[in-house]
Amino acid sequence: MKAKGRVFKFGDNVDTDVIIPARYLNSTDPKELASHCMEDIDTGFIKQVKKGDIMVANKNFGCGSSREHAPLAIKAAGIDCVIAETFARIFYRNAINIGLAIIECPEAAKEIAADDEVEVDFDTGIITDVTTGKCWQGQPFPEFMQNIIRQGGLVPYINSKNKE
Amino acid sequence: MGMTMTQKILAAAAGLDSVVPGQLIEAKLDLVLGNDITTPVAINEMERFDNKSVYDRDKIALVMDHFIPNKDIKSAENCKCVREFAAKHDITNYFDVGEMGIEHALVPEKGLAVAGDVIIGADSHTCTYGALGAFSTGVGSTDMAAGMSTGQSWFKVPSAIKFNLVGKPSKWVSGKDVILHIIGKIGVDGALYKSMEFAGEGVKYLSMDDRFTIANMAIEAGGKNGIFPVDDQTIAYMKEHSAREYKIFEADADAEYDEEYTIDLSALESTVAFPHLPENTKTVKEITEPVAVDQAVIGSCTNGRISDLRIAAEILKGRKVKKNLRCIVIPATQAVYLQALEEGLLKIFIEAGAVVSTPTCGPCLGGYMGVLAEGERCISTTNRNFVGRMGHVKSEVYLASPAVAAASAVLGRIASPEDL
Repeated sequence: MKAKGRVFKFGDNVDTDVIIPARYLNSTDPKELASHCMEDIDTGFIKQVKKGDIMVANKNFGCGSSREHAPLAIKAAGIDCVIAETFARIFYRNAINIGLAIIECPEAAKEIAADDEVEVDFDTGIITDVTTGKCWQGQPFPEFMQNIIRQGGLVPYINSKNKE
Repeated sequence: MGMTMTQKILAAAAGLDSVVPGQLIEAKLDLVLGNDITTPVAINEMERFDNKSVYDRDKIALVMDHFIPNKDIKSAENCKCVREFAAKHDITNYFDVGEMGIEHALVPEKGLAVAGDVIIGADSHTCTYGALGAFSTGVGSTDMAAGMSTGQSWFKVPSAIKFNLVGKPSKWVSGKDVILHIIGKIGVDGALYKSMEFAGEGVKYLSMDDRFTIANMAIEAGGKNGIFPVDDQTIAYMKEHSAREYKIFEADADAEYDEEYTIDLSALESTVAFPHLPENTKTVKEITEPVAVDQAVIGSCTNGRISDLRIAAEILKGRKVKKNLRCIVIPATQAVYLQALEEGLLKIFIEAGAVVSTPTCGPCLGGYMGVLAEGERCISTTNRNFVGRMGHVKSEVYLASPAVAAASAVLGRIASPEDL
């Protein structure tokens, strides 16, 4: 599995309140949530983002509330993968559980620039900046989490485990 | 190798003799919690399970607290969805308007969390119950659905940071000042993926309400959980509120910690977190330029308990909220509300010119009521001051204790009670 797209770049401590502000949490519809994704820090994001694009951020991405609406909004906005130095732990779990690809790689997160074309190979964990030609080895998921992702998220994983 | 308190609880819940940091385990859950925002998403996920039943109707708590009494049609539909789910599965602990309270104040008060428990909640401040010596942590809606369905959850065993508390805090210093000081010291990702384990002789000087406040904000340092040792105060609290059996776990003497800090409670002062991160802390004394505020909020899962309201009332008694400043007081639960009524606190608030709301998370997350306009500032006893958290993206939230919020409400600028 691979992702390849244009990069939207964000900084440190991007919190779930800016990913999807609480004033929109009266909805659970991913499309509606996506239409407000990141609007409090980048009003241009949702106008410019295209299916298959990639989000790159620095440390502690997704800190704050446990709202699963945050990874749902990012995924429904068209983002195929989030690369960050580190992720806040609840966001990390939520992303795996709903099938949003994420990868930790401090060097790539620091060096990749906005608008670069980036490719991520999830089988090898290799991140390539096509624009600059630079390559990094991202942190691959532990086997257990790869199983959840392979099954398409936590619910199908549990369904298949219960059948065993 | 010795284990931390958290590691021992997780090992027991996973049926293992010991665990090590980084180990992936499946642990049995004592409680699965959700609210009116996160539960509808979990219910959607439940529909995708082959087995759609819940594992134990007594071990699920659903609390309608964020947008209630419902602020609009969509939030009413969300509560209706949860209400119907609770009725269909005969959920024992479903709390709606009239019985509800802010979940993290309500759950301990109703005796649903005790020492030794493993609890997950689809709300990041689920870490609050660490005050009781339980392992509790926030998760998302899909994890909540899986927990409701299977009674289990997977965890990566965390390493820990130890905070050795010493000394006795002075009169106006409370749990809020302790945790803001710690977050200011280690940063908003200072405890990322880790347990924050509190210990030391200073713990005895912290009331249960102080400990709830401290554990509540472990997530604001990125922590997986925050946890306190069980002492006489904890046992007295649990006996008063719960009929459930508790189990006391203690960290091994040779437990390993990634880092250790000593916090002298006697040296702490009233502390405020400036926008837009909880780590941007200053003591009130360090503020050189006056910071005028338009609103003061006293409440939330962090600081809406009875002792918080007592402190605010002590300061507001016989005084007036500054003209044109809005002061909103929100008792965290119906029981706190009633207690405040019986003690005459509500009268003090109203006479001072504050308003008193029924329990709700409301303004903390800019959900409804007390939302800020462009350029406005709020001093708030809540837990987050992110961009746009309480309203307009160009509004500002300053986090502080109930004592500081009340004093600031009187003076119209950020101040400590000593400034009155």
